[in-house]
Amino acid sequence: MTEIKKKNIALQTKNLSIGYQTKKEVTTVAKEINLELHSGILTAIVGVNGIGKSTLLRTLGKVQPQLEGEIEINGKRLQDYNSLELASVVSLVLTEPLASKNMTVLELVTLGRQPYTNWIGALSENDKTKIREALERLELKPLRHKKCYELSDGQLQRVMIARALAQDTAIILLDEPTTHLDLYHKVRILKLLKSIAHETNKTIVFTTHEIEMAIQLCDTMLLLDGKTNPFGQPCELIERKAFENLFPANAVSFDSQTGSFRIEK
Amino acid sequence: MVLVLCFGLNISLGSVSIPFSDTWNSILGGNIEKESWHYIIWDYRIPKAFTAILVGSGLALSGLLMQTLFRNPLAGPFVLGISSGASLGAALIIMGSSLFSGVLAFGFANDVVLAIAASFGSFLVLLVVMVVASKVKDTMALLIIGLMFGSITAAIVSVLSYFTNAEKLQQYVYWSFGSVGNLSWPQLALLTSIILIGIVLSVLSIKSLNALLLGENYARSLGVDMKKSRYLIIIATGILAGGITAFAGPIAFVGLAVPHLTRQIFKTTDHTILVPAVLMYGAVLMLLCDTIAQLPTSANVLPINAITSIVGAPIVIWLLVRKRKMIF
Repeated sequence: MTEIKKKNIALQTKNLSIGYQTKKEVTTVAKEINLELHSGILTAIVGVNGIGKSTLLRTLGKVQPQLEGEIEINGKRLQDYNSLELASVVSLVLTEPLASKNMTVLELVTLGRQPYTNWIGALSENDKTKIREALERLELKPLRHKKCYELSDGQLQRVMIARALAQDTAIILLDEPTTHLDLYHKVRILKLLKSIAHETNKTIVFTTHEIEMAIQLCDTMLLLDGKTNPFGQPCELIERKAFENLFPANAVSFDSQTGSFRIEK
Repeated sequence: MVLVLCFGLNISLGSVSIPFSDTWNSILGGNIEKESWHYIIWDYRIPKAFTAILVGSGLALSGLLMQTLFRNPLAGPFVLGISSGASLGAALIIMGSSLFSGVLAFGFANDVVLAIAASFGSFLVLLVVMVVASKVKDTMALLIIGLMFGSITAAIVSVLSYFTNAEKLQQYVYWSFGSVGNLSWPQLALLTSIILIGIVLSVLSIKSLNALLLGENYARSLGVDMKKSRYLIIIATGILAGGITAFAGPIAFVGLAVPHLTRQIFKTTDHTILVPAVLMYGAVLMLLCDTIAQLPTSANVLPINAITSIVGAPIVIWLLVRKRKMIF
């Protein structure tokens, strides 16, 4: 705990409200979100469907505007970043499908270097090294000349993570990276994320429905429950009985001994 | 290499048969048998071949830009109603000038104005399609809207032609057949500069085009200024499709078919390769189509628009059947 505290704060939110803004009305999805993320840690955002996990992630990545409160990245307010500056600090892995699945794995990962290349996109030696490293870390070397439509869901997810890694940003945000994957691939992706966070000192935030896995693997967690939105280390959250309020009562209950959910009979 | 070959083939063949050796002699400044051949080659066939190159590469490039911008394999200047917009602009100038005689008719029917009108028409349609595209996420709906624009412009054109005189009508009908043969050297220079502007804008957009392959949100997260690059791409497409349609009439399928053909041949989605490749293949395809349209050794010339459709449509069908689905 003390060791984590010493490190720099990479991403911080203060009383953040998120939601959707149209000309007529403002729909607040979640409010009072307070986060403090240090570099080199893996963080999960969990909560029931529709509570605003993806909205929060997209707001942090400036895909959609924040409603109220502050988001600070490396001590600078998010709205003060221009898109190119932000591209060298935050990379995204979203749930939306790729526009073109005709790209090869290599071409897709290469796109991650765009913020650093010149006007025509020529790759320097450094760019090539970063691409190679990203491919190696995600074990994609043998697949690099495959087209994206030939890949399985798990492989494609690894490719998208490799692209974000090639972008070489301090923060990586992933929206439900484990959806549509089987148990083995879920564990594999999450373990990869953890090793990336710890070994490359990046701040990795992802949304997930795999609460039990997140409890075992993540350094910190944010529980969106629509009220207090507790944030902290998993064991600490268990002690605070934060998981008990995550789902409506009578459906599932949380067993703090094993860190797992039980179906109420 | 292929391009040079097609260029040679194109200027060697035509209604008047001129031996190959004399064609080359004429180009290289040597002696030839008849003075009229020299005239045919320099003032008719070479400008025509250059026009075909410009038209083919420009249309193919605008097709590529649109397919990437809309992230839709079926996008192209013809399908999305851009060519219809240009037709409407041209129709208003050719036929409208006789309707609103007086102020408008005065000195209006020249080529520069025609080019501006057609470009303006295509811009207008393109902008409306963009607005609709931002509201309607369904690509199928977008295509249907494009078709509807085609119908609307066709309707306006028929109303116009009902009121216009026979001479103007004929002028419009000939324009709508499409032709790469009627350009003088000064007109050719104008078209060249239009296409060059389009190419420069496209080259400047290569990076954002590549990023767009991921989708708009990803492109933005890669630091692409979406608003700026979207406008750049739209302006490039409008200039290319509009300018070409103004000078050569609506020419179908080149814009749709060539980008697909090029992706198949080069097996890449990288626009640094695709942009020059599409320019070249567009030019080659157009030269070939024009050569066929000339019906070598016969006195007849077929409308180029018909030939590109006859060649282009089967290419698209063949790609679909072979791949089972259209991957872009």
